[in-house]
Amino acid sequence: MKQQEEDINENSRRGFLKTAAVATVAATACGSLACSCSSSKNEAPVGQKVKLLSPDGEIVEIDSAYLNHQEHMAIVSKLEAREGMAGKKFVMVVDLSRCKNARKCVAACQKWHYRPEETEWLTVKLMQDSEKSAPYWFPKQCFHCDNPPCVKVCPVDATFKRQDGLVLIDNERCIGCKFCMAACPYSTRVFNWAEPSLSPAIAELQYSPETGIPAKIGTVEKCDFCPDRSREGLLPPCVEACPNGVFYFGDENEDTVSNGDETVSFSQLIKDRAAYRFQEELGTKPRVYYLPPKDRQFPVERGYEDLSDKLKARFKDAIEGKGHAE
Amino acid sequence: MELNQYQKELFERQRPVIETYGKKTWGWTIFFLVWILIGGYALYLQVVDGHAVTGMRDNVVWGLYIANFIFFIGISYAGAVISGLLHILDVEWRKPIIRIAEMITVIATIIGPIYILLCVGRLDRLHHLFIYPRLQSPIVWDVMAISTYFTGSVIFLYLALIKDFAIYRDMKLNIPKWKQKLYTILAIGYRGTPSQKRHIKVSTNLMAIMIIPLAIIVHSVLSWIFGMTLRPGWHSSIFGPYFVLAAIYSGTGVLICAMWVYRRMYKLHSLLTDQHFIYLGYIMMVLGAGYGYFTFSEYLTAWFGSAKWDNEVVSKLFTLSEYGWWFLFANVMGIIVPVAVVAIPATRKPGLITIASFFMVFALWVKRYLIIVPTLETPLLPMQDTRLEYVQYSATWVEWALTFAGIATFFLLFTLLSKFITIIPISEFGDKEQKKVAATEPAK
Repeated sequence: MKQQEEDINENSRRGFLKTAAVATVAATACGSLACSCSSSKNEAPVGQKVKLLSPDGEIVEIDSAYLNHQEHMAIVSKLEAREGMAGKKFVMVVDLSRCKNARKCVAACQKWHYRPEETEWLTVKLMQDSEKSAPYWFPKQCFHCDNPPCVKVCPVDATFKRQDGLVLIDNERCIGCKFCMAACPYSTRVFNWAEPSLSPAIAELQYSPETGIPAKIGTVEKCDFCPDRSREGLLPPCVEACPNGVFYFGDENEDTVSNGDETVSFSQLIKDRAAYRFQEELGTKPRVYYLPPKDRQFPVERGYEDLSDKLKARFKDAIEGKGHAE
Repeated sequence: MELNQYQKELFERQRPVIETYGKKTWGWTIFFLVWILIGGYALYLQVVDGHAVTGMRDNVVWGLYIANFIFFIGISYAGAVISGLLHILDVEWRKPIIRIAEMITVIATIIGPIYILLCVGRLDRLHHLFIYPRLQSPIVWDVMAISTYFTGSVIFLYLALIKDFAIYRDMKLNIPKWKQKLYTILAIGYRGTPSQKRHIKVSTNLMAIMIIPLAIIVHSVLSWIFGMTLRPGWHSSIFGPYFVLAAIYSGTGVLICAMWVYRRMYKLHSLLTDQHFIYLGYIMMVLGAGYGYFTFSEYLTAWFGSAKWDNEVVSKLFTLSEYGWWFLFANVMGIIVPVAVVAIPATRKPGLITIASFFMVFALWVKRYLIIVPTLETPLLPMQDTRLEYVQYSATWVEWALTFAGIATFFLLFTLLSKFITIIPISEFGDKEQKKVAATEPAK
């Protein structure tokens, strides 16, 4: 047992990854690997045992201190990353009545994906539909459309639609023609115009379309609904980070969505709150539903009171009433 | 190859052009090479530092490069449609101009796709287009259409050249050995036997017929890169024919300009006559009117319907402080002036027609820019970005350098090619001209 423990400890990252998928399920001492992580190899045992399934199919118990946690685990093959999770249909519901532009979602997303400042996968817009209508904060991820205009135009199948509803990008196949960016009506996609500045540890990670890390120059990327976290049974960082429970993420097939605090019926929620999809008339069939900003928890002004000047400048036009369409 | 008197005379006039590479030509060659070298340096920077050196950003993902791409593929229509159509209709006056037209086609079709490549972020992965092609993508349609079209235009030009190569081979030119050898190879043993003549005639006719639908497909597919998206100002069913017409129109303009330059440079006034300018002017006028009609129809629909999103793009084009002046320029110089210059008998002169064509070609380039950039600057969601370069596109010196390098390459290839083949085809002229020669040019 002792020998085995050391073996695992000495395992290369790749070797560890093989066991990781099972490990997440088998981990009993702790709810998830994320909280039992330890980066130092020489750390003393903490006494907290974790059951793992070894590559040989044996269940082993090791001290959690020996676990070398990898935040971004390319735990599935490229093929699996293209096919997606069987039986799932990921869906998101965004409650606009709760958003006050706290920007915790943006920060969490940036951090999780090692995004440099301002190149945001998740943006919060200040919307005003017409001159007299009330402005509201509008967080926007990728809509993971069921009829995705971006996927249709990709010449090399670098961006694809999976059976679980996600639209992902393989940045090892992308040729950087940017046609998908031109085709996406929601300005969701971002391009690596220059060599992304990543720490060596991140740049060396094994790439998977499910993690999108490391980013590569000359390729397109976007919000991926964090399928690597779904595989671990975790919610995307944006959902977890939101202090107001704006985002509900879940599975349409199970008919449940959760914002971290409460888990509710997806169909009931969108029925009760008269959910809509952004620009339904484009026919893209988004997988993100919005709950209208009715009976709001915060006045819209709260969203830019505490902003830095740099961020305030973003919403200047909207604040001055020039943001709405003429 | 036996030449008749007319052909002999025609050849002798052009002999010095292909025999020598004069000081002036060298000067121009170096001038063009300098531009190309500057472009090469710009390209090096773009490859090393990434597309960050261009003005393109996440909203305006395409810019000058794509405008140039449409522009060059557009002018390539000179040979494809003008020359192809005139060949099918067996128009007699086409003979002195078809070579120039087909040269424009082949050269512009070489340069056009380079701009698509400049727009690609990962040139090292271009082979993915062939190993993972997705037929749904208009870019894949484009790759297939353009490569077919290019092959077609090269064959069309070559078929018309075989007889001429045989003439160059047999005329004992004072040229280096390699050039003589090349002529011999390219003439593929043509001796003017009845069977050879018939084969070339049949193939040329076939190619002339094929090149027209091919050309139409190329620009339609190109327009669909834009038309197939859900963007305002792009998502329009008129785009296919609109692009095709604009392409033939600009091609005619370039042909007129090229005719003027060659006529002046090689003193070919008796071959490239005023009548040629007027005939091509008529063609340009008709195309210009059609193009104007499409333009009017396109913007009237968007403006009158004024759906929110369409309206935003249209209002950018109609507002002088935004793209208004350029839009005005594109339509006045691109439609009204060229049509008027040809329509009014007093201005229907080679010089004026050429100037009008020149500005028309430039106006059509501007028009391509106006198709691409304002639409991309009008996303559905408010941009709310403080990085100015992300909100508004402005091309960097790298993009301009590569644009001018492309134009320089166009001229350079033209110069080189016209030193290799006579720009007035010799073999096209048969006995008919032989009889006319005394009547038309008694002073010679």
